Amino acid sequence: MAKEKEKDVLLHVENLKMYFPITKGIIFQKHVGDVKAADDLTFDIYRGETLGLVGESGCGKSTTGRAILQLYTPTAGKVIFRDADGDRDLAQTSGETLRRLRRQIQMIFQDPYASLNPRMTVGSIVSEPLEVHNIDNSAKRLKRVRELLNIVGLNPYFINRYPHEFSGGQRQRIGIARALALNPDFIVCDEPISALDVSIQAQVINLLEDLQDKFGLTYLFIAHDLSVVRHISDRIAVMYLGKIVELTESDELYANPLHPYTEALLSAVPIPDPAIEKKRQRIILEGDVPSPANPPQGCNFSTRCPKFIEGKCDTKDPAFQEVQPGHWVACYLYEGVHK
Amino acid sequence: MFKFIVRRILGFIPVILSVAAITFFASKAIPGGPFDFAGDRSLPEEVVKNLEAKYHLDWPGWKQFTSYMIGDELTIFRTKHEIDDVNVFIEGDKAIVNGNVMLLDNKTLCKESGYIVYGGFTIFDLDTEACGTSQGVIRGDLGPSFRYRARTVNDIINETLPLSAQLGLWSILVGLIIGIPAGIVAALHQNTIWDYLATFVAVMGVSIPSMVLGPVLIVIFANNLGWFPVAQWGAKPPYFENMFLTPGFDWINYFSHAILPVLTLGTGISAVFARLTRASMLQIIREDFIRTARAKGLHEQVVIWRHALRNSLIPVVTILGPLAASLVTGTLIVEQIFGLNGLGKHFVQSISNRDYALVLGTTLLFAVLLVISNLFVDIMYAWLDPRIRLE
Amino acid sequence: MGRLLEVNNLQTQFFTQDGVVQAVNDISFYLDEGETLGIVGESGSGKSVGVMSLIRLIPIPPGKIVGGEVIFDGQNLVKMTDNEIRSVRGNRIGMIFQDPMTSLNPVLTIGRQIMEALELHMGMDKTQSRKRTVELLEKVGISGAADQVDRYPHQFSGGMRQRVMIAMGLSCNPQLLIADEPTTALDVTIQAQIVELVQKLQEDLGMAVIWITHDLGVVAGIADRIIVMYAGQTMEEAPVRELFAKSRHPYTHGLIASLPRLDQRSGKLESIEGLPPDLVDLPKGCPFYARCKYRIPKCDKQRPKLDEISPGHYVACHIDINKDSITTEHPWEEDKE
Repeated sequence: MAKEKEKDVLLHVENLKMYFPITKGIIFQKHVGDVKAADDLTFDIYRGETLGLVGESGCGKSTTGRAILQLYTPTAGKVIFRDADGDRDLAQTSGETLRRLRRQIQMIFQDPYASLNPRMTVGSIVSEPLEVHNIDNSAKRLKRVRELLNIVGLNPYFINRYPHEFSGGQRQRIGIARALALNPDFIVCDEPISALDVSIQAQVINLLEDLQDKFGLTYLFIAHDLSVVRHISDRIAVMYLGKIVELTESDELYANPLHPYTEALLSAVPIPDPAIEKKRQRIILEGDVPSPANPPQGCNFSTRCPKFIEGKCDTKDPAFQEVQPGHWVACYLYEGVHK
Repeated sequence: MFKFIVRRILGFIPVILSVAAITFFASKAIPGGPFDFAGDRSLPEEVVKNLEAKYHLDWPGWKQFTSYMIGDELTIFRTKHEIDDVNVFIEGDKAIVNGNVMLLDNKTLCKESGYIVYGGFTIFDLDTEACGTSQGVIRGDLGPSFRYRARTVNDIINETLPLSAQLGLWSILVGLIIGIPAGIVAALHQNTIWDYLATFVAVMGVSIPSMVLGPVLIVIFANNLGWFPVAQWGAKPPYFENMFLTPGFDWINYFSHAILPVLTLGTGISAVFARLTRASMLQIIREDFIRTARAKGLHEQVVIWRHALRNSLIPVVTILGPLAASLVTGTLIVEQIFGLNGLGKHFVQSISNRDYALVLGTTLLFAVLLVISNLFVDIMYAWLDPRIRLE
Repeated sequence: MGRLLEVNNLQTQFFTQDGVVQAVNDISFYLDEGETLGIVGESGSGKSVGVMSLIRLIPIPPGKIVGGEVIFDGQNLVKMTDNEIRSVRGNRIGMIFQDPMTSLNPVLTIGRQIMEALELHMGMDKTQSRKRTVELLEKVGISGAADQVDRYPHQFSGGMRQRVMIAMGLSCNPQLLIADEPTTALDVTIQAQIVELVQKLQEDLGMAVIWITHDLGVVAGIADRIIVMYAGQTMEEAPVRELFAKSRHPYTHGLIASLPRLDQRSGKLESIEGLPPDLVDLPKGCPFYARCKYRIPKCDKQRPKLDEISPGHYVACHIDINKDSITTEHPWEEDKE
């Protein structure tokens, strides 16, 4: 898996910031603050791996995905995409160059009900990216659409049907077929299974894994469900209030969580096994996540942290550093611990 | 809250100014003028010219507009005109013509026409007291009517608005009293005979125009049954004094006059309210918090009154604003059918008469009422829904 | 522990334009005092409608309880008059719902919404009910409750609103609390708070809890017994440990195997292919037939009865997955057009 290809970075994100300004007034807009949805994120995504991005609602995980895809224009930072043509900073590209790069970068959305145009047939939804990028003639496109539907486990017989005739899981397959149409290298999966029923979730997870093996895809898998992220990801980044607090391989994260938030998050996830559940000791966090428009002084987690150090955590942001090989964390508990 | 209201009222000023400017220049753009005809015959050219001069229609557009908005320095007691090389200056009952003071008595006035005649020229029209001058809209003076001699737009509005407003407010009240309960009943008994009945009546109410309903009501209740009088209003201006300060005011007479026009106008309104209430009630009673209320064991009536009604009134309140503004300023058809001297007809006639001042006056009145009722709607929203905060 | 609730052959249908939706199709179960019962199922399994039918909280029409009885504390709730059932709701049976954002009335203060149940069922006056409301809010972990009673729901976070809902559900000291997916809309750390709170309150107050969820993980930790529902029917019912360790129904088995687990690095997930049946047009036989790997011809013809295979363990299945072998690897492919 990722281990052998560790140095083969596909996407390098550096100091990525995505701020949404808060303004007041109608005519003269006064800038009164920012919602720091993604605040100074630095990480790599290796070719062929799945990087899980996990966090609770409002932590900025979806925004990060969209900022990487340039669906939002990042406030600052670099998003360097590396392929055969060399390194390119997506944040600095625009127009035709960006449009060409977009072929290699696709997205799968959370809501299979809202993300498909209800007035388009399945065939036209899946072939749209091919048309937009002027690939093939219509006969070849039709052939390609049939092939794609087969790949995602839908009967090509359904090509002329409309999205509302399908169940949630089948719609998500249509969304996946659309994302695959241009043979991308990299797919951002934004909560692709959270709207689906349990027995359907496994179908979609398996499909995504099969496709990764078949086409050598790289995924950024954004989700709030840690069990699912642990299952599908090679490495996991944990986000809290716009920041990545911990990043490491998924087995390591479960076995050896360093950040107090990761610990609490792991302990809060229920395990479908009563024998284990009865014995588990939960870390119950107090209170709610603070507003991203008004984050606390110092470490963002300081207001809820069970291991809070006064005079330290509430003064300055802890640095995001590699404390063990491949294990990054932003916490004062590991200050001075070197790899 | 107070700050919100003050801010909103300040915000009205540019709106009203724009409405005034657009209406002013748009009405001037229509070919023809107010003095093209007097009855059937056209006026002599020089008379028209003098009249136009009197009303400043010979001024450039921008100057007319500013004089209309902020008034000119001329008042009823102090007018100055330059017509050809005659210099006229009028102060009270004296006119100073080319430096000579002359009394404005019967000799100098041409009685029939009301023009000052000097040296064979008709130089000035003293027919109206307003005399082509205005205090300006900012001081509440909407200027003289070009058509109704001797009356200002303010006079006309003062005479006709109170009647129209009474008719409009009663009709809205009838609309609310009939429409909202009908809508609630229809929603709570969805797809039963009550729902179909209410929906049927509502569709009828919306689709039968008042020019049909009014005469039908007159024929049935006035002509055949003789229960109610056909025309006129059961109170005389000034209405407030007459109705509320006069002991022994004949309320029965008042309502017997009012009932047919109010029903004619109110039926359509209640139909609109019923449909809105039904639709929003149907949506609200499917909300989760209604299920919560039922899960508490509350009686169905409490669920509806305490939990559903306030939420479902929001769309009704939304249309109440514009509806109130347009009803209060009069409805031509109903007023005509019942022979009521309301404001409605002036909206229509002022335009065909090219009575610029009256066009502007009625439009401005409507605009002001509209923004005020919308402010009222916003305050109602905040009262109905605490999530809306007035800032 | 005495028997608190007994549901026999409950059947709820919705009469719609598309036909009769058989939302709950002949379910029977029981609940003892102080016990926690987990009801698990996917959307459309009838788990919510089934439990709502207990206190007749389904919209009528189009819904209708067409058969069965619900014996709560010796009385049949199905046969009660409207007034009688209202005196049970919110009083002896409390409820909390899935979405705390939409389940509270946005235009009334939270205090008002809690107080009205107290005034109705406990005959309290304004002062008494207000005092009790403040106590309740403190009990569910809302700090500074005295200042919070007059605030509106939108001024609280999702987790706090669910605490308000819990205070409301528990206001009259119910014997039974029905929790309909109370943590589904919440983040996992908030879910842990709410689960802990309900468990603590259950210990203090000694009430029984029916916990409806689609998440087997949540009920694994809190339920004494679990019912697995599918297409309006009970597929399997068992004490919690037995259900996870020795599930006998192919659906339950598939459901557990399809869950990724945090504590294990699993290989490929076992997935249940295909889709649940249309509730308007249920098959004559077992509703899971079309997706079942173990199916035999009999399953298509005859609906299996819920049999007790060991004490407290009921299964509705013609075959024994421990003895019988898989008959088809991908059953759903055969049905494809």
